[in-house]
Amino acid sequence: MEIFDLSMIWAMIIAFAVIMYVLMDGFDLGVGMLFPFAPDEDARDVMMNSVAPVWDGNETWLVLGGAGLLGAFPLVYSILLPALYIGVFLMLAGLIFRGVAFEFRFKAKSSRYLWNWAFAGGSFLAAFAQGVVVGSYIQGYETEGLAYAGGAFDWLTPFTVMTGIGLMAGYALLGCTWLIMKTEGYIQEWAYGLAPWLLGAVLAVFAIISIWTPSVDPAAFERWFAVIRWIWIFPVLALFFAFQVWSGLRKRKEVLPFIATMAMFASTYFGLLWTRWPYVIPPNFTLWDAASAPESQLFLLLGMLFVIPIILAYTAWTYWVFRGKVRVGEGYH
Amino acid sequence: MELDPLLLSRIQFAFVVSFHAIFPVFTIGLASFIAFLEALSFKTGNPVWERLSKFWVQVFAVVFAMGVVSGIVMSFQFGTNWSNYSYAAANFLGPMLSYEVITAFFLEAAFLGVLLFGRNRVPKGVHLFAACMVALGTFISAFWILAANSWMHTPAGVELRDGVFFVTSWTEAIFNPSFPYRFAHMAVASFLTGAFVVSGVSAWYLLRGREIEVNRKALSMCLWLILILAPTQAVIGDFHGINTLEHQPTKVAAMEGNWETASGVPLLLFAWPDQESQSNRFEIAIPKLASLILTHDLNGEVPGLNEVAAEEQPPVAIVFWGFRVMVGLGLLMIATAFTGLLLRHKQRYWQTPWFLQGLRLMSVTPFIAVLAGWIVTESGRAPWLVYGLMTHAQGVTPSLTGGMALFTLLGYILVYAMIFSAGLYYLMRVLQDGLEVPERVTELDDDVHRPARPFSGSDVSFEQKGS
Repeated sequence: MEIFDLSMIWAMIIAFAVIMYVLMDGFDLGVGMLFPFAPDEDARDVMMNSVAPVWDGNETWLVLGGAGLLGAFPLVYSILLPALYIGVFLMLAGLIFRGVAFEFRFKAKSSRYLWNWAFAGGSFLAAFAQGVVVGSYIQGYETEGLAYAGGAFDWLTPFTVMTGIGLMAGYALLGCTWLIMKTEGYIQEWAYGLAPWLLGAVLAVFAIISIWTPSVDPAAFERWFAVIRWIWIFPVLALFFAFQVWSGLRKRKEVLPFIATMAMFASTYFGLLWTRWPYVIPPNFTLWDAASAPESQLFLLLGMLFVIPIILAYTAWTYWVFRGKVRVGEGYH
Repeated sequence: MELDPLLLSRIQFAFVVSFHAIFPVFTIGLASFIAFLEALSFKTGNPVWERLSKFWVQVFAVVFAMGVVSGIVMSFQFGTNWSNYSYAAANFLGPMLSYEVITAFFLEAAFLGVLLFGRNRVPKGVHLFAACMVALGTFISAFWILAANSWMHTPAGVELRDGVFFVTSWTEAIFNPSFPYRFAHMAVASFLTGAFVVSGVSAWYLLRGREIEVNRKALSMCLWLILILAPTQAVIGDFHGINTLEHQPTKVAAMEGNWETASGVPLLLFAWPDQESQSNRFEIAIPKLASLILTHDLNGEVPGLNEVAAEEQPPVAIVFWGFRVMVGLGLLMIATAFTGLLLRHKQRYWQTPWFLQGLRLMSVTPFIAVLAGWIVTESGRAPWLVYGLMTHAQGVTPSLTGGMALFTLLGYILVYAMIFSAGLYYLMRVLQDGLEVPERVTELDDDVHRPARPFSGSDVSFEQKGS
């Protein structure tokens, strides 16, 4: 396996699956979080229908991230999940309520408000829990041998609460700009009004976390200020795209704010990856320490290289089938 | 009281997996049924098939959503509660689960959106294609997950080095000795489940005189299917049993309640296996029959539980009774199938109320049979997680405390209880609405509040359209 570094390829595939998940489930979780603030029940119907045909596929990227970790970096899987035990449970509970709300809400009459809350609450919970995971990743994990050795609530600190809030704000912005793209009339107006506030919140949290991170993780400080200087390209790009979101909103562009928000997310994400590279279980294990057997990585890689392009093709096709504005009264229910 | 994280994790996994299993076992069969209806509709242009498909798609959507969300829990459970096992088996397990995601889950998810929401957005042929892809996805999913599960029962194609499994042959590991039997047994069980649910619901409509024409067609299709599949399942089960006897003799001994290795072993109809005294109480038995079934020889030797030490025995009573529940219900299904055939000859079975009532009641039996079957095979593996190579105790997460395991166990029970009762309630509503008034969809869209079946008096006119 000297010709090419399988573990490196796998790290890139997993990184790709995670950013796909963040961008795609991010906007539909965001739509869920905006649910309580929607102008009326018709607007909620439209909001839900705008993501109903695609949410299931979006969430599948999360499962791919999990299964791919198990296949390529089992050590990450077997340390991260026990470390985040309670957080994972909360995230899953959130995803369950949210997922079934898609079907149940349209069947409900008197209990519809309950499913509105299940959809919104589940989205809040899942987004927050995922943000906490990001924070705990910056914090690092206590290990002993090849197993997690910390306590049940090590992941819950003021810093991770802040990253949790940060991801919630980010997803909400994604959801809001998605709605600008997919809706029209008063619903779109409402989303236009909301987006600048969410953008402001994202930037504020972004600034707080940036200042806070060096004190949580000295190695990150080192990396940003001493070792690799051109890492600064990522925050600069993020700010550039944030500006694009803002100017897109001001000029009433319908598609640009959503695209720019995604780009903003991607820049931040790659900046974060670079900060930690090549550690996958900070502060002790690199991606090469955590890798599975080369035969297993290769066996799975062959399938991935063949199937992932096909998945991307038919996923793109389904988005194309459901292109255009969602109007009041659409759906199969 | 000391909380045992191992026991609580086992209970939790059993709970989550059982709860999850009832959804795919239904959706695998139903997805194929829907694809078949869509194909008939595409080929004949007869609106009956499209109406049936539209109706069952609604049921499918609710059940599938519950299956998806409970399935996501499963995929994380390996890591949270069984991290040592995940780490040790990752070289094989990881690729299996990943292949399931990329070849099945994405397929199902993407094309389900088109199946549910795309009827008026894509050409008819493409919609049919989407239905077929969803059905195919359910099978591919079952393929990978059963390969992974079967490997835990009959591990092959691997070697254990320093506590970690390394794959030496992918074909041997995937097509491990028990895989073909399990896969066939599960696939047929899924079709039977779909067929019994559809026939039970159709029978219920016929009893109430609703949509006679359409439901009669659905019922007839299902009864033919059951007639072929129910006896076939018994044959597959027999082969599976012989395979288990070869590879997991202790499990078969528990299924038979057989404590001592002997020849000419009787078949126990009733017994109370007592693990403490290592014997049965209150036996009612048919002489030599167990030997005949298992070895196809009246005096064949059947291994007993005493071949292994008492602490390596599975929970005998659970395995013994689970097996009897499964087989009993299977026999009941075969009886139902032949009753249907007799009635088809002598008179019109859709006018035989007792038979229709019976079918209605039978619609829950496949679920119970499937759960009982899984309990037999999974409990029968105890105390092994990977048979003969790794025990449950070796596989559990080391940092897990009893309190954490209890918290999440109660959490899942609470969440699932809420979801399940809501799901059942809404399924009942879908069923009560039935197939009447295809225009209901547009009616609903104009007004968020659902109308109370505005055209419920118009069955007759739809009948004419449908025939």
